[in-house]
Amino acid sequence: MSEACDVAIVGAGPAGLACATELRRLGVGRIVVLERFDEAGGMARHCAHPLWGMREFRRFLGGPAYARRLVARALAAGVEIRTGTTVTRIRPHGRLELATRDGAMILDAARIVLATGAREQTRAQRLAPGMRPLGVMNTAALQAFLTLEQRRPFRRPVIIGSELVAFSALLSCTRHGMRPAALVETEDRPRSRGVFMALCRLLGVPVLMGATLLSIDGAARVSGLRLRLRDGSERALACDGVVFSGRFTPEAALARDSGLTLDPGTQGPLIDAGWRSSDRHVFAAGNVLHPVETGGRCWAEGRHVARRVAQDLSQGSRRREAVDILLGDGLRYVVPQRIAAGQTPCTLVLRANGALRGRLVLSDGAGRELAVASLRSHPEQSLRLQVPALDRAALAGDLCLRLEREG
Amino acid sequence: MTLETAEADVAIIGAGVVGCAMARRFALEGASCVLIEAAPDILAGASKANSAILHTGFDAPVGSLELACMQAGYNEYLQIRGAMNLPLLECGAMVAAWNDDEESRLPDLLAQAHANGVPDARLLSRDEARAREPHLSSRLRGALLVPREHVIDPWSAPLAYATQAQMLGARLLFNAALTGARRSGDLWHLTTAAGEIRAHSVINCAGLYGDRIETLLTGASRFDIRPRKGQFVVFDKAAARCLTSILLPVPNERTKGVVLTRTVFGNLLVGPTAEEQQARERPDVTTPELSTLIDTATRLVPGLRDMPVTAVYAGLRPASERKEYRIHADHELGYFCAGGIRSTGLTAALGIARHVFALWARAARPVAPPDPPVPVMPNLAEGLTRDWQRPGHDGIVCHCEMVTLRELRAALDSPVPPGDFGGLRRRTRCAMGRCQGFNCLARIATLTEGRLRDPILPEDRR
Repeated sequence: MSEACDVAIVGAGPAGLACATELRRLGVGRIVVLERFDEAGGMARHCAHPLWGMREFRRFLGGPAYARRLVARALAAGVEIRTGTTVTRIRPHGRLELATRDGAMILDAARIVLATGAREQTRAQRLAPGMRPLGVMNTAALQAFLTLEQRRPFRRPVIIGSELVAFSALLSCTRHGMRPAALVETEDRPRSRGVFMALCRLLGVPVLMGATLLSIDGAARVSGLRLRLRDGSERALACDGVVFSGRFTPEAALARDSGLTLDPGTQGPLIDAGWRSSDRHVFAAGNVLHPVETGGRCWAEGRHVARRVAQDLSQGSRRREAVDILLGDGLRYVVPQRIAAGQTPCTLVLRANGALRGRLVLSDGAGRELAVASLRSHPEQSLRLQVPALDRAALAGDLCLRLEREG
Repeated sequence: MTLETAEADVAIIGAGVVGCAMARRFALEGASCVLIEAAPDILAGASKANSAILHTGFDAPVGSLELACMQAGYNEYLQIRGAMNLPLLECGAMVAAWNDDEESRLPDLLAQAHANGVPDARLLSRDEARAREPHLSSRLRGALLVPREHVIDPWSAPLAYATQAQMLGARLLFNAALTGARRSGDLWHLTTAAGEIRAHSVINCAGLYGDRIETLLTGASRFDIRPRKGQFVVFDKAAARCLTSILLPVPNERTKGVVLTRTVFGNLLVGPTAEEQQARERPDVTTPELSTLIDTATRLVPGLRDMPVTAVYAGLRPASERKEYRIHADHELGYFCAGGIRSTGLTAALGIARHVFALWARAARPVAPPDPPVPVMPNLAEGLTRDWQRPGHDGIVCHCEMVTLRELRAALDSPVPPGDFGGLRRRTRCAMGRCQGFNCLARIATLTEGRLRDPILPEDRR
């Protein structure tokens, strides 16, 4: 079976739903959002804290309520959402291969937007040492137990990591009567703002910075873990679960399997400043591009990409020569990774390795400074650089993005 | 504790791949048997973590029992796999030489392969080898090609053996650790954690505990188990494009070395390490060794740089103080032992079962039932039709491995259902993929409530 639509969006999280809704608002005809889970809304559905929706709905909402509102808004705009539908491959010229309850299907789209989101690195990807008992999971799995299945997977877990999502895990635990045995970070400094570390103290959860995980112990279930603390001493912690939080990685399997070019920095699809991937029919939005930004930012990016896609549909796509943005030392990634003529002004999203103070400079091949920002950031902080309209001379060769550290 | 009144011909201790193949062979031959397993499911020990290769035996010791069992096992697998719907990745193996020394040893290896009845093994020049495997590092010097080394599903195969045994009347007992044994007359009285068992003969297939079970049964053990840990790294499915053949190193005295191979599930696997250790219950992974495996793989196949890791695991191989299998029989005592079955057990299991049955049948002659039933296993192999490709599967639960609700339900309702989460994973592939349960673990915990001997969530967490 085969059918056609104007834009197919892969993934019904904040980015995908915002993109679909905006495309309808811009008057684009048939928009289909493909969601592999049985419910639309994305990871927000897992996370009950009222930290969602300020940008989108001007109020704080719990994740599930936020997801429902995004879905309702999309449906009201005339978006078609198909849940329980997995995209198994993107072929050239906008063809999608789908797996549905009724078997395999083909959907042809004039344009495709990839909005498959991100996930936390597993213990396997981190090469974390020890046994492999039950009770080791990521934050999202913990929250799926609590929010979607109404079950507590453990009583006294250890949370690994100190990115924002670690505190989401912490709040989820305390809200459901579980008291974490500790919050453990392998780096010497927390990977989010100090206020969150204060929260740990407030909740009576010990924070162990600069600790190395020596082993996860337990045969069938987690019984504890062993750490080497910053001072070199060893410590055994009794616990019945381990939550590996953060260190997000794009959910880019579809992009990789479909042969889209991936960026080594993000491990997500590489895009130009028109938010277009290496396949000219395929655009991307949200955390599949940059692990990881808040739901609100992904939502805003989805709307932004909708405008790019609508423009592309109305003007017909032109092949544009794009130049690369080369990254200097200390920078982990930048999105988009390429800029073509006519795609500026634009905003670059980037991450540095670790905390920093200094100047961020974008320059052209001739060494001219095109955009500058002064920065003061904590690790894992999302950074932005506004790029003004660039002339052809500036885009004659590759651009350089570098960090000039202070102190 | 139930007191079993029926006497079995044989009690088989241990439901690893050897125990499962043993139960199948004895049941096929008409013997009544009971398969006793300490864990909640089959394949809980050494058998759950291996490299899944079906070996020709080309590099096995010439004239050894191990070689004979491997070749008998290899042939029987090929013979039964069609009817049982068991997959076979006919990829061949390349023993790759990376320096002068290794290259100089290839002709001896070829001679050994020919002596071992693997006549189609042949040497490849550097160019021939590179043409066959273009993604290998340019340091490649040459290779020995063994076309009939294959890859199989290391879990569905033993499950098929156990299922067929059960269909033929064998009883499977789980959570049934053997705690005591008494021989009276021609009968064994076995005390297990799941009740008393009486049997005329006992077959020790206890793997990592083989020596301890032998001591418990006979008062002393003729061998010592020296656990050897093997760690593995499973790369993302995108990595499978980088390799066609099984890539073997030129073996040295101590170990077969690190292997790179595709799996029938579409991944690329690197391992094992070979680490001697005392602890029989600690197949832990260690970061430096896993990093070394990744470095090794990347050195041999440069395209693996930055390839995401899907899973890591470790297994303990039941090596003994000697290289050979420790297979022996005491007809007087009704005691048979298949011990010290190290890395070749997956291939050799069916052959070992035939060999032990022949030993046992010197004293007893059961009547084989005609037209034995054959279980048809669900396909988990990539490239063949999976359940999600067929309508009516009620939705996909595990998206990384595309496991459907219908498949999960079928596994839970199967004749030999999973006893724990690991067993469900091995039967369906759920949570075995890239996200390792990030998306599906909670749902699977709910779906399996009340269905696993060892539940995902303890009773008091619901």
